[in-house]
This record gives sequence, structure tokens and C-alpha cells, in this order.
Amino acid sequence: MADVTLTRYQAVIGIECHVELKTLTKMFCGCPNEFGGEPNSKVCPVCLGMPGALPAANGEAIEHVVRAGLAFGAEIPAFSKFDRKNYFYPDMPKNYQISQYDMPLTLGGEVKFWREDGSMSACRLVRIHLEEDTGKSTHAGSGDGRIAGSAYSLVDFNRAGVPLMECVSEPEIHSAEDAVAYLESLRRTLLALGVSDVKMEEGSLRCDANVSIRPAGSTELGTKTEIKNMNSFRSVHRAIENEIARQIEVLESGGRIVQETRGWDEVNGVTHSMRSKELAHDYRYFPDPDLVPVEFSRETLESIRGSLPELPWRRFERLTGQYGVEPKQATQLVDNVALAEYFERVVAASRHPQQAKNLVLGDLSRLANETQIPVAESKVTPEALAELIALIEAKTINSKIAKDVLQRLWENGGSPKSIVESEGLAQTSDPAAVEKFVDDVLAANEKVVADYRAGKTNVAGFLVGQIMKASRGKADPALVNELLRKKLG
Amino acid sequence: MERSLIERTAAEIARGVNRGEHSAAEAVDAALARVGDVEERVGAFLTVLSDDARNRACAIDERVRAGERLPLAGVPLAVKDNMCVTGTRTTCGSRILERWTAPYTATAVRRLEDAGAIVIGKTNLDEFAMGSSCENSALGVTRNPYDLSRVPGGSSGGSAAAVAGYEAAIGVGSDTGGSIREPGAFCNVIGFKPTYGRVSRYGLIAFASSLDQIGPLTRTVEDAALVYDAMAGYDPMDSTSIDRPVEPTAKGLLESLSGLKVGIVRQFDTRELGDDVDEVYDRAYHDLEALGAELHDVSLPTADYGLATYYLIAPAECSSNLARFDGVRYGSRVEAADVQAMYENTRAAGFGPEVKRRILIGTYALSSGYYDAYYVRAQKARTLIARDFEAAFAEVDLIACPAASSPAFTFNAKSDPYSMYMMDYYTIPMSLAGLPALSVPCGWVTPPGGALPLPMGLQFAAPLFSEKLLLGAAHAYESATKHALKHKPEVGARG
Repeated sequence: MADVTLTRYQAVIGIECHVELKTLTKMFCGCPNEFGGEPNSKVCPVCLGMPGALPAANGEAIEHVVRAGLAFGAEIPAFSKFDRKNYFYPDMPKNYQISQYDMPLTLGGEVKFWREDGSMSACRLVRIHLEEDTGKSTHAGSGDGRIAGSAYSLVDFNRAGVPLMECVSEPEIHSAEDAVAYLESLRRTLLALGVSDVKMEEGSLRCDANVSIRPAGSTELGTKTEIKNMNSFRSVHRAIENEIARQIEVLESGGRIVQETRGWDEVNGVTHSMRSKELAHDYRYFPDPDLVPVEFSRETLESIRGSLPELPWRRFERLTGQYGVEPKQATQLVDNVALAEYFERVVAASRHPQQAKNLVLGDLSRLANETQIPVAESKVTPEALAELIALIEAKTINSKIAKDVLQRLWENGGSPKSIVESEGLAQTSDPAAVEKFVDDVLAANEKVVADYRAGKTNVAGFLVGQIMKASRGKADPALVNELLRKKLG
Repeated sequence: MERSLIERTAAEIARGVNRGEHSAAEAVDAALARVGDVEERVGAFLTVLSDDARNRACAIDERVRAGERLPLAGVPLAVKDNMCVTGTRTTCGSRILERWTAPYTATAVRRLEDAGAIVIGKTNLDEFAMGSSCENSALGVTRNPYDLSRVPGGSSGGSAAAVAGYEAAIGVGSDTGGSIREPGAFCNVIGFKPTYGRVSRYGLIAFASSLDQIGPLTRTVEDAALVYDAMAGYDPMDSTSIDRPVEPTAKGLLESLSGLKVGIVRQFDTRELGDDVDEVYDRAYHDLEALGAELHDVSLPTADYGLATYYLIAPAECSSNLARFDGVRYGSRVEAADVQAMYENTRAAGFGPEVKRRILIGTYALSSGYYDAYYVRAQKARTLIARDFEAAFAEVDLIACPAASSPAFTFNAKSDPYSMYMMDYYTIPMSLAGLPALSVPCGWVTPPGGALPLPMGLQFAAPLFSEKLLLGAAHAYESATKHALKHKPEVGARG
């Protein structure tokens, strides 16, 4: 697709996410909410939809959704209720799903997200509601696991009744990159809130994208398609790009977009129509008479609001804005809360963000990788690191010595100052002492000096090395260079 | 002459067991022997649990010997077969659950067992509690012990017949639109529906969740109070059960109606029910007055919409509640080439015509385009009906009215569904308003042609949570009139 064609259209994307909540028990019963396990080992009369069993709503799950809503700045209505969504499916025990129809737990709000270049944007939310997950079907005897041609099907209800949060965005994302950035921010926020593991590979985060295109400058929405079966952020990106291109091609060749559900084919890199004859499903929603409405007092909401952690986008903004951390590194820190907090403590103690960034993200992270010990759990305290930075800044030690000291700190902990003192590692900045090292080396390397003077100036590096070696690394490199230049004339 | 064990009330049996005058095992054996004698004619039970009952009776006797005193010690109990009891077949009177064994026990039943009652069997009902005669059961015919040519009422007809026929001392049923009160009236027993939310529905197989309520069927008001006291109270497993203290009712039941204001509903004109029936109710109202009650004319202007309202809300809920019976996880399955056809075959074979009718009505009422016109309007009407009661109860303490539109009728007499639905005309408004209400024997009518006399029931309804007052008034009326004792069942009363 030529870029010229692309710029004549604007893509409009809305994202629908299903997030399995991390709770002790399932949404409406006391079964453990855990991933996996022997099929049908985490079930009871309630989540199996046994005759006579009744649901009782999980307060922890409700609070999780409210936490998410408050984090995104959503409105939490004082009154909310559960409804039944009626349709037959073998992995849905009651043949209705307890969900929320017209009175969800949260309304509005927005997800702030950032792009690779560090620029911030936001996408508003329509709503977040709470529902129960279904079981999982396995189709056997067909070879490819599809229902068509299978001999029989098996259902595992371990997942049935797991609390599921559905988060619906407004259609106001305009590129595949932004769609992924939105999802990344949503994922990071939910992780920070502790409400979900948000793992796409375990299915605790699942998303669909509604995609349409319109002529650039137009405000009307085009006909949308819904893209399903995307199992990673990468496939979200590819599927949306692919679908935008497909829609442009359809319009450019004089066709019309058909409103439909399309499945993403990861292997062939295309979407294909999944439209089935039951497109116009009538779910016959009505309030679930087995459950009572959910009501919140101001106090409850305020106490939840007060318990919210710092949100990832805020930290990202501070790291890039206040501390000048590059977007990529800032993202790294946002994803490693312990490291980010460590970093911020070093900055606070040293008041030197640049050195803190170099040491924490450079040397310390390398040591952490090598030893498989997280920086925040290492023997190097943020205060020790700040002390080391102070020694570097005061030119008490040079960067090479600093690396040695850091290595010792990593192995044994302690104070950099006392290491430097007890080992006599302080930099030698006394011109007389340094001059002696220079003179000794020049005297011992007459041939090299001659070569230099003959024009082979690249041997200077060898001489500097020899001088540093003679000083056991402690000579001030700047002073060495200066004296050497003077003496070699 | 001392009455036989089967003729004794629950209060008497529990007293006898607790005092060591007889054992729980003897009480249960007597009940099982009576079941053996009359069940062929009455057909109250779908399953008789002889071995389980005897074992449990022995366990109760142990506990009593160890010094425990239980309010329902050794009392034989008949449980409507839409309540789960661990390890027993629980059918709802339906082919689709004909061979289903419950893996857990309903809270209400468990509480009765904890109080010492002994489940001796599971009783017949209209399929999924949908009906007013037990004729909709797919699994058996139950006859009215007072006239075996007539129905016992429904849907809790099995429990009513078991108690009326002296097969069990007490029974429990479920009432959605009159399913305890109407069979109570037909079978000359007390049928009591508590306030919605007073008794946990956990383990009661749902018909219409916002209306279903478990309650007792007993031969005396005192027994109804004992059963209620044992069952009532909050259950975390049922979110709609009410978390608020229950006032015990059995102790200190009223002996007089003196000073009570009783409302007679202007809209419920009993002259429409025929002269003999009208005469019974006329007499009952006069008796109330003679016993010291002040009669007041009250108006329930929207009560007439009760039936229409009920037949939208109850089917709407049932269409969703019964969706789970699909042949996938439990119950009967009729195999087919694909899952859709399996659903269709299973449900076509598993459900009877009345259940299918209500699923269709409910599905229609909830469909997009009709939801507002039917379901939403019905909910509004329901609110108006509840408000009418509130206004009436600002004037009076209780309301008295018929419990059913006629005495027990003969089999196949109500073949058109609407005439069957009309049986619950007087009980449905209270159900929609969630009110506690009961039926107490109030007289007899003898159909022409020298047939057996048939019992009639007077319904009392009270404000929400006024069980104590309701049972008290019924007790005072029962003690003074003793209508229930005037005739014996056709199957006899002695074991």
C-alpha cells in the first residue's frame, strides 16, 4: 500500500479487553481462582450450574474493578447491578453468563499511554464491567482441534466462574502503534494495581479490536469490523495494520466494508471472515434475580482511592520529564517497580540523576544480570551508591576505580568511602606525584618516546596505559594526559 | 384414647422423643408403615428414603440419649422433590432430571435436619413447580387424601398430600404464586409462605427466582411455626436471603383475635366463586369478627393485574433458569449429530408441555423489541401491586381472603391452561409483593351427588416480616374453629 493512499484515510480503532482478575476465589463461589490444574478439579455446584445452586458475588473482584476504574479516573455510580446474558454454549454451565448490561461498575475514565518517542496520549473508556468467565472446550477426533469433524468434545470448567473484567475503549485510537501502546499502558496499570496477572499467553488478558477507516478529515465513523483471535501484542499490531490495509484496498477498488467479525490468522498474516448466521444474537439481558444490587458509600470509594499505588504513566512522565531518562529506559524502569524505586532513592540521595541512571541501568543492571540477583535485593544500598556518586563527582576516584569499588560493594556490601580509604584507592591528583609516574614511564620506554616524536602519535595510548598501571589506576587521567602532552612536546 | 404416632403433631413427636417417651426410630417406623399402607392410593412420594430415614432416626436417638434436646426431634419430614438432598434422586417431577442425584443438601432441608427432623421421602410436584394440581408431574400421579378422585393441588401437592394423609408429620414445599397455599387449602392443612428472603433458596431448584420461597405444610399452625423457626434466617449462599434477625414464632402464639384489624379485599368478590364457596368465606369472615377482630374494607385496585404480571415475570425468569438443563453436564441426554440438535432433542424429550409453554412465553417476553412492553411493564405493575398492599396495611394488621378459587377439583377438569392459572388468582398478588401469607382450613363444601366433603382454605396475608403476627392470628382462628378436625381423609387417619 502506497503511503500516499494511506494518508488519504484515517483509521479508527476501539479496543475491548477481557481481563481475568486475580482473586482468592471465583466470582460467585468459593472455588480457588487459579490457572490450570487437572480438568474439572476446581469446581463446585455453583460454578457447574448445578440445579438449585446460587451465586454470591465476590467482594474482592468488585473492589478490583472499582480500583481499576478509580485509577483510570472513571465515575463509580452509587448503584450497579448484575444481569443475565442468555445464550446456549456447552462451556457455559448455566447457559447464561452473569454479566452487567446497562449499569456497569464504572463509567468513562481514560487510559493514558506513551509512545516509543516518549510522547503521551490518552484514550477514553466507555465503561468497565464485571462478569464471569466460561469453561474451555476441547474438540477431539478431528486432528486439528476444530469442532467441525470432531468425534466428541470435552469441557473443562476450572475456568468457569473466574471473575472477568471487560474494559471497553472509545473508538479514538488511530494507529496500530497506539493500539499497542494503549494495551501496554492498560496492562502495566492493572499489574501495578495488583488486580490481574494480565498474561496474554495464559488468557488472563484477551482483546478484540474494532477497526474502521474514513477519509482523512471526516468525522463520521466508517463501517467497522471486529478482529478476534489475537494472542500477543505483536499480533494485535500486525492484525490491525493488516485490517486497515485490507479496508483501504476494498474502498479503493470501489467495494464496501461489511460489518462482521474477522479472525486473525497468525500463520498466514491475514484476517478472515468469521461471520456466522447467528450474527443477530438476542441475548435477552435481564437483571439477575439471584443477586442483589451493588452499592458503594463515599467512604468506601475514598478508602479504595487512598490505597491506589502510583500509576505507571505518572512514573514514566516523571522519569522522562524530571530526571531526563530516555523513553526506552524509563519504560524499563516503569516495568521494574523495585528497580525504579531503587533508582529514585539513589537520585534523592545523590541529587545526580545522570550518574544514578548510568550506574543503576548500566553497571548495576549488568551485575544483576550476571548474578541473577535483582539490584534492589543486592548488597548495594541506594545510600551506598549515592556515596559512590559523590566520590566520583568530587573526583576522589575516577570511573575505572568506581567500577572496582562497585564490584566490591556488590560482593560484600559496605561503604564506598571506607573501601576507598582502607584500600588507598583515592585518585592521585597531586601534580608532583603524577609527574613522577610520567617521568618514570618515559625513562623506561625511550624507544616508544622516540617513535612518538618520529610521528607515530598513536603510541600515546600505550604510554597512558603504562602510567595508569604504574599508579595502580589512581592517577587522575586528565592530569596524566596533560603532563604527557607537555613532556612529549 | 391416645393418638397413634402418625396422628401426632410435630410438636408432640418432638416432645415425646426429647422426653424419652418414644424413640425417633419408632416415629419414623410408624410413618414408613403408614406410607406402605396408603401410598399406593395417595402417591404423594416420588422417592421414599426408608433406610436413610431409619439410620438418621437412630442417630437422633443417640443424640437425645446423650442429652440433646431438638425442636423437631424425630419428626418425619416430606420434602418436595425440587429441593436437593445429598445422595438422593432429585427430579423436579421432570423426565430431564429423572435420574439425577443431588450432590449437596439445600440449606432449608439441612436446617430442618439439624433441628432433628428426618427426611422420609421426596414428594411429587408439578414439573419444575409449574402448575396447581400436580397433574403436570411427568413422574407420578398424586391424589387428594380427602377425595382420591381429586387432585391434591400444586405445585407442592405431594408434600400437602403426605401430611394430609398422615404419611409424614410435616412437609416442606415451595411457593412461587400459591404453590404451598393452594395445596394446603385443597388438602385441609396449613400452607405457609414466609416473607420472600426469610428462608434460603440455596438448593431449591429455581422456577422463578424472585418469587420462589420455601415454606411448611403442616396439620397445625404450631407445627408450621416450629418448621419456620428451624428454617428461617440469613444464608450467605443465597444473596437474596435477608440478613436480619428472625423473631421466633412458635412460642406464645396468639390465642385471640381481639383488637386485630383484618382487611377484607373489596376486589375479591367471593360471590363469583359459587354459592357454597361464598357461604364458607362469608362464614369465615363472620367468625373472625365473632373472635374479636375488627373487619375493614380494604382496596387492592391493581390486584386484578396480578395474574398477567405474574405470567410475564415468572416465565421470563424460568426461561433463563431452565436453560441449564441441556444434557451437557447432568440429567437426561438425547444424543444427536451436533450439539445444537442434542440440545433440541434433549429439551424436547425432557420437558413437558406446561414447562415448554412457560419457557416460550418467557423467552418471548425478554426478546429485544418486546422487553420494554412486557418484562419492564410487568415489573412496574409488580411495584404498584406492592404499593397497594402497603397502603392497605396502613389501615389493617392483616388481610383475609380465599386461598384458592375453588375446592379441590377432579383430574383433567382444568385442561385449558388459563383456567388452571386462575386457581392462583388470590395467592399471586402476595407473591408479587413478597408478603408472608398462609392458608388455614376454614370450612367444607360438599359437591352435589353425595360426594365427599371438600376442605376450603382461608388465606391470611401480613406485612413483610410479620410472620409472628400472621401465625398468631392463624393459630387463634384455628383453635377457635377447629375446621380441620371435622372430617377424616378418605384414606383414614389411623395407622
